[in-house]
Amino acid sequence: MGLLDANISNRNVLVTSVDNVMNWARLSSLWPMGFGLACCAIEMMATNASNYDLERFGIFPRSSPRQSDLMIVAGTVTMKMAEKVVTLYEQMPEPRYVLSMGSCSNCGGPYWNHGYHVLKGVDRVIPVDVYVPGCPPRPEALIGGLMKIQELVRMEGLGISRQDALKKLAEKSVDAQQVIDQVRRATA
Amino acid sequence: MDNGMEEAGNIMPAAVLESKAAYDIIRGRFGDAVSEFDANPTMPFFEVADASKWVDIALFMRDDARLKFNYMACLSGVDYMEQEQLGIVCNLESIGHYPHRIAVKVKCRREGGSIPSVACVWHTANWHEREAYDMYGMTFEGHPDLRRILCPEDWTGFPLRKDYQVQETYHGIKVPY
Ligand code: SF4
Repeated sequence: MGLLDANISNRNVLVTSVDNVMNWARLSSLWPMGFGLACCAIEMMATNASNYDLERFGIFPRSSPRQSDLMIVAGTVTMKMAEKVVTLYEQMPEPRYVLSMGSCSNCGGPYWNHGYHVLKGVDRVIPVDVYVPGCPPRPEALIGGLMKIQELVRMEGLGISRQDALKKLAEKSVDAQQVIDQVRRATA
Repeated sequence: MDNGMEEAGNIMPAAVLESKAAYDIIRGRFGDAVSEFDANPTMPFFEVADASKWVDIALFMRDDARLKFNYMACLSGVDYMEQEQLGIVCNLESIGHYPHRIAVKVKCRREGGSIPSVACVWHTANWHEREAYDMYGMTFEGHPDLRRILCPEDWTGFPLRKDYQVQETYHGIKVPY
């Protein structure tokens, strides 16, 4: 339930920690760098567009790395592009997050063997926080990945490093099959 | 299907006959510098036996009033590893003049070989020859700007050669899976 639904009266005083407020603000306005590298980018654009409407999460692409806090690596990273990706990543202000979208940027995808020109996973050049599998992932999957980033942001705080947060996030992992079964039962 | 066609006698489809007529004109002009005609039903072709004549042949094919091959549809590279050769295949057509089309093959040595450039004849050849060079490594004599076109300029090796092995690292980044 959101704050607005909570019918706050009593002179609108809320008590919480600075960490919480900061994280709430950060995770509600993730601004990804607007760049796409291959077919996955089409799916990312579809996710940004009105059908899936990423702006309801406060996510909308920026045209400059200086204004971005999230990099969605959407597509095939070629050897030529790899160094540019690193430059863009370094131009982003911290704290910054990286979401690797699709098999290509996860591990080379269909080009893993004979694609001499393809970087076999963008994590060879920049640290990746969340991997979204698929070729290409559906918009729902990308949104799932973005929500993982939001969870990660929520885990962070003063004195809690990214590493710790990622570990905590991993502990909270859910078995996808259970969720699927649950939904099937509910809709049956 | 191919066999059936040959057994039925050397009846060529009309399109191949067009190409054959064009070939005869070229053969009449250049004699043994071009090979026999190959009536391949998908794409009839001949080979340039004397590669040093390739630019002359190309200019003749483009400018002769009976040929007017004014359009290079494609230029591809080929690696004939067993014969120790590299080659190109040029698909030529005559837009707005004649219905004929033909492919021309030119070959060179596999190591250090070079083929005369026809970029001055058909502008399309400019980038296509650069791509053939990028992927196979033959050079094109007289090309105005023979640089790699797709791979990074400091890439090692020529990716479409049959014995190509990808390099271990590129600028310190591991390349193989
Ligand atoms: S993962 Fe599939 S859809 Fe995405 S960029 Fe690679 S090939 Fe294209």
